[in-house]
Amino acid sequence: MFEIETTAALWGAVVASGVYHGANPGMGWPLAVSAALMERRRLALITALGALAVGHFLAMTAILIPFSTMTALVEWQSEIRIGAGIIVILLGIYLLINRRHPRFLARVPPHRLALWSFLAATAHGAGLMLAPIYLGICAVDELDAGHRAASELMSANIAQAVLVSVTHTLAMTVTGGLAAVVVYFWLGLKFVSRSWFNLDVVWALSLILVGSIGILTAL
Amino acid sequence: MTVRPDPTFHASPKLAMEAPAETLAFTLMLSPDGSQPDGLAVIDVDSSSSDYGKIVHQVIMPNKGDEFHHFGWNACSSALSPLTGHAFLERRYLIIPGIRSSRIYVVDVKNPLKAKIHKIIEPEEVFAKTGYSRPHTIHCGPEGIYVSTLGGGGKDGTDGPPGIFIMDCETFDIIGRWEMDRGVQDKHYDFWWNLPRDYMVSSEWGLPPQFENGIVAEDLLSNKYGHSIHFWDLRGRKNVQTIDLGANHQMALEIRPAHDPVKEYGFCGVVVDTTNLEGAIFTWWREKDGTFNAKKTITIPPVAADPDDLPDLLKGFSAVPPLVTDIDLSLDDKYLYVACWGTGEMHQYDVSDPMKPVLAGKVEIGGIVAKTKHPNGKDFGYGPQMVEISRDGKRVYWTNSLYSTWDDQFYPGEGGAAMVKADVGANGGLTLDKNFWVEFPKGYRSHQIRLEGGDCSTDSFCYPSV
Repeated sequence: MFEIETTAALWGAVVASGVYHGANPGMGWPLAVSAALMERRRLALITALGALAVGHFLAMTAILIPFSTMTALVEWQSEIRIGAGIIVILLGIYLLINRRHPRFLARVPPHRLALWSFLAATAHGAGLMLAPIYLGICAVDELDAGHRAASELMSANIAQAVLVSVTHTLAMTVTGGLAAVVVYFWLGLKFVSRSWFNLDVVWALSLILVGSIGILTAL
Repeated sequence: MTVRPDPTFHASPKLAMEAPAETLAFTLMLSPDGSQPDGLAVIDVDSSSSDYGKIVHQVIMPNKGDEFHHFGWNACSSALSPLTGHAFLERRYLIIPGIRSSRIYVVDVKNPLKAKIHKIIEPEEVFAKTGYSRPHTIHCGPEGIYVSTLGGGGKDGTDGPPGIFIMDCETFDIIGRWEMDRGVQDKHYDFWWNLPRDYMVSSEWGLPPQFENGIVAEDLLSNKYGHSIHFWDLRGRKNVQTIDLGANHQMALEIRPAHDPVKEYGFCGVVVDTTNLEGAIFTWWREKDGTFNAKKTITIPPVAADPDDLPDLLKGFSAVPPLVTDIDLSLDDKYLYVACWGTGEMHQYDVSDPMKPVLAGKVEIGGIVAKTKHPNGKDFGYGPQMVEISRDGKRVYWTNSLYSTWDDQFYPGEGGAAMVKADVGANGGLTLDKNFWVEFPKGYRSHQIRLEGGDCSTDSFCYPSV
């Protein structure tokens, strides 16, 4: 029962973080509204959301896949989880102290949405935020994995990393897409500025929180 | 950094037009002979106020000889693009460069009636970090605050071409030059852009020796002032195309793109055509293949005059050129206002069809020969010059000074500072407000105007008007 509940909670966290990223205008949904209005066709909204999703997905896998290869080192499992937790906490502290936005993001041309989405997610540690959650899921899985071959475990974990990234990105895209569609069809552009809250501090604190939970559960 | 975006940031030009009307204006005051420090006047423009048309606060600078000209905000509606990460900046600071001194003031106007200097960037820092001098136009954009300059390095500003540099929009530190590939661009004046389409347009006045001590008649008659406009890849910082408007089209100054980013055209004002003394407006536009084009769409003829009524500079021509020194486009992209500083007229063109502008209204005031008085009976020195339009497009404000040394050549004798206001009719037309007349402190002239909460030449929008 404990395992099932833990697994459900962890997957819930994967979805919840996706909703959280997707709803934040800073992660890009207003760009989908802008694209549809600029090109004067509704389909452009979908294309833009797709590009944002691809970039976000790649940013997730870029972090999770390297971790997944490490999970094969079963005997180092808690060290890896503690290490990941520490990295995530450090990034959170860094973002708390340095509240400046990376300037290189402003050099990305507006038509390269996927690249922008990848860089924005990476710069804000969106992938890293998922790492402790992902490692938690792998740890629960391994409880009943018995003594599978390392290679088998690794490929299972890579698949798991992709699944976590897909689930998270899907939740993000559906939420962001919903916001974009509602603004485009009903609420109007006024909502772009009205729905925007400065989440910099909340974001940094959530990194610290996720990292801490990761460490505590690994001990 | 704020928790919500600044309420004066608007996603589209249409939303900006619907926002509450301005109650204050900020106008630059310059001392033409450098005998007093320049200043910023805060003016009450709320017609229901007892201080309507009065200066309610002044910020006087600690230095002399800056010569204030143009200025702008630290942040505007462009911050609402998620691409730039600037959504939580405040529209709070006015960035005021001195074009003679190259000094830059950052003035905090959060509480406009207690506006005060926040930071001063000394000229040496501008020179050292950019190799440019004589900072001029300010726009807030993707990489921070963009500042155009009129001069390059060296004492007379001719050591290398002038260009644009970037300032950090939070610390106001100078980051460095913007251009990576300037192509043939060797002079500078104004610039603006279309943010979602990722291009910039810039224009040319002349190099510092061609303007600092007055207009150089030989240079003008041999077509040596700027006559090209440049198109740039904004994020790539690259000159992608230069259009020569023709050497006779001397001084291509203000660049006014359509505010609605879905429209890919704009205007550029040309001071004088040396073949016939006409003033001109060019419409430029982007073709489907991404290349740019430009065509002359408005010409304003000179007015014949008795040489006895003309300053030395113009006696030989027996005519007053209109001298198109400033243009401004309303937020709905409907009316283009054209200041004819020589003849003393403010024109209003309906540019609903940007290729076929139609004169819709006109106000006569000042002028080299006409010297038309304000409806309140007072003399208006010089002619209509820097023009600013309210966001809702219903009120148009303007001042009268062009540039200290040029004022003296075209209008010998001191003309003083003025700022007036005209009301726009429901179907166009322009009428001066008899009750709006700003008295400036003695010895000053007035230049650019900025309106509280943004106006028609500051804000760049990232979403179309729908």
